[in-house]
Amino acid sequence: MKTTALTIVSTIGLSLVTSSASAEGELNIYNWGNYTNMDMIKEFETEYDIKVNVDGYDNNETMLAKVEQGSSGYDIVVPGDYMVAIMIEKGLLAKTEPNKMSNFSNIDPKWVDVYWDEGRNYSVPYQWGTTNFTVDTTVYTGDINTLALLFDTPAELKGRINMLKDMNDVLNAGLRYLGHPRCNSDKAQLKELNDLLIKAKADWRTMDYAVIEKLTSKDVDLSQSWNGAAKRARKDRPELAYSYPKEGFTGWMDNVAALEGAPNLENAKLFINFMMTPKAAAMTSNFASYANGIVGSEPLMNEDLTSAPEIVMPAGAPAPEFVPPCAQEVADLYTKIWTNLLK
Amino acid sequence: MSNQSTFADIEKSQLSASLVTANKRAQKTRALLLAPAVLTIFLIGILPLSIVLVYSFLEPGSYGGVKWNLSFDAYIQLLFEEDIFEETLTFNTAYLQIFWRSLSLAIVATITCLFIGFPMAYFISIQSAHRKNTLLFLVTIPFWTNLLIRTYCMLLILRDQGALNLALVNLGILDKPLPLLYTDFAVGLGLVYAFLPFMVLPIYTSLEKFDFRMVEAGSDLYASRFKVLTRIIIPIAKPGIAAGCILVFIPSLGAYITPELLGGGKSLMIGNLINLQFGQGRNWPFGSAIALILMVMVMISLFVYLNRTTRNEES
Repeated sequence: MKTTALTIVSTIGLSLVTSSASAEGELNIYNWGNYTNMDMIKEFETEYDIKVNVDGYDNNETMLAKVEQGSSGYDIVVPGDYMVAIMIEKGLLAKTEPNKMSNFSNIDPKWVDVYWDEGRNYSVPYQWGTTNFTVDTTVYTGDINTLALLFDTPAELKGRINMLKDMNDVLNAGLRYLGHPRCNSDKAQLKELNDLLIKAKADWRTMDYAVIEKLTSKDVDLSQSWNGAAKRARKDRPELAYSYPKEGFTGWMDNVAALEGAPNLENAKLFINFMMTPKAAAMTSNFASYANGIVGSEPLMNEDLTSAPEIVMPAGAPAPEFVPPCAQEVADLYTKIWTNLLK
Repeated sequence: MSNQSTFADIEKSQLSASLVTANKRAQKTRALLLAPAVLTIFLIGILPLSIVLVYSFLEPGSYGGVKWNLSFDAYIQLLFEEDIFEETLTFNTAYLQIFWRSLSLAIVATITCLFIGFPMAYFISIQSAHRKNTLLFLVTIPFWTNLLIRTYCMLLILRDQGALNLALVNLGILDKPLPLLYTDFAVGLGLVYAFLPFMVLPIYTSLEKFDFRMVEAGSDLYASRFKVLTRIIIPIAKPGIAAGCILVFIPSLGAYITPELLGGGKSLMIGNLINLQFGQGRNWPFGSAIALILMVMVMISLFVYLNRTTRNEES
């Protein structure tokens, strides 16, 4: 039943998309909202005489649900690291073998053998970043590179903290602070985590994704944050500093990949190759303000990006940890702890 | 005689035959005219709801979606769970607490709206025709703006560096900002602000045709002001009060934006709980089950309302 209804809807959507085509070929991109540099798309359109349509989603799960129903009409998607792993496992991504394409040598070698796509047979880097927290250094003058600020909050920051309303980001930070492994199903360790979170929550003011606004309006003095958001918040509140906690932190990467059964697979391959050029990568970074994984893009990036401590990690900071998707059993335990925390 | 009667019979049967065809045609037209509405209700109302109903009796698939195995876990999970840390099945209060929070906020918002909305509606209904129109117009003005934007403006007013706190601090009434935002008070205020017109308008409608000479008559017969209110005005306004309460209660119960923005997101409401199950929780059957239970709660309150009003009409 669901398939039929969705097929109808997506067919209508697709016919709307296709009717606007005028150039030789076409390419339908499904990317996160407000994450595609349209100037970069124009470059691609003129270079290959391909008409590009861009559509947006707001999270990995939405994209997966839509693509999984089949016949979505999209050629290119931009899934996060763990979602690439899930989509490959489900057979949703086309094996386009970017590692055999002409621009592949531009990829920074450290982004080639990644857990979600070993050797890069399906996807190439789009943007990557870290999830940490950012603090007003005039309010708290001590060492900011520790998760103790979130979980054993010093007096000056009590009631002045915003956490991301994101189950994995909050639980993983807690696990790191306790020194326990990620994707954890050890009941004793999870009990410790549960107690830690409930104790710490009393010192948090809000739990929200609207990081920048919470910081710039001075509703809070510390917020868990993605590095790009932290950089933008610093523009309005220069006292903010981005922490690289010694206990470790989460890294993430969004990746460009073609869908299995894409209507314009050849054009999708051209686009994947195009995204590995320093120019395309730099244009994307300049728009979205995150780092890319393409060597040689830095000279083309805006200077405020290449000099930002949020984007360029200081020497001596721990390496970001890319957390693979956890088993359903773990996800169930996490959801229970999270619900219990927010009840 | 017998011949005549047969003729008449034939005529009659012909007539009734043509009547039948005309009737059939009318039925056909009616069916055709109704079809778009029925189809719309089916496609965007009944069909998705049946999907939700079916999903709530299945097993969760890995990474979202469902597995097509019959299971009642979603409903059992709501009340009982294997204790997270010990292997025993215990009564689970987390979800009930979330339901209770939503329910109590909705009740408080409804009662507050009633206490503000009833005098407002009464006041409007005793004005001259011209002023009535102006006042009603003012009541509807908030509808011109999207609820999200209105709620966001509340946030701008209530926050530490917001209009209210800045004014109070600058006037010297407070020496440091009062933490108004991200509290239950802020959520309640947001709900009352958003849904107050839904209370005022139905009560006004039921008072509009009220003959105010009856109030004078009541006073002439030595009824106290309180008696006039409880014995004359409130009974007349009852259908409006009931409609207003329903119109405020239902959206408050499912409210999502207001608690999220003004409450600071530290506590889940039913709406957020459903969202969690379809997203990061990856448990679609459970999400479906909660959605259905919320709907049943709303349906029950509607039935109570319908029962009451029909009983009122009968009496």
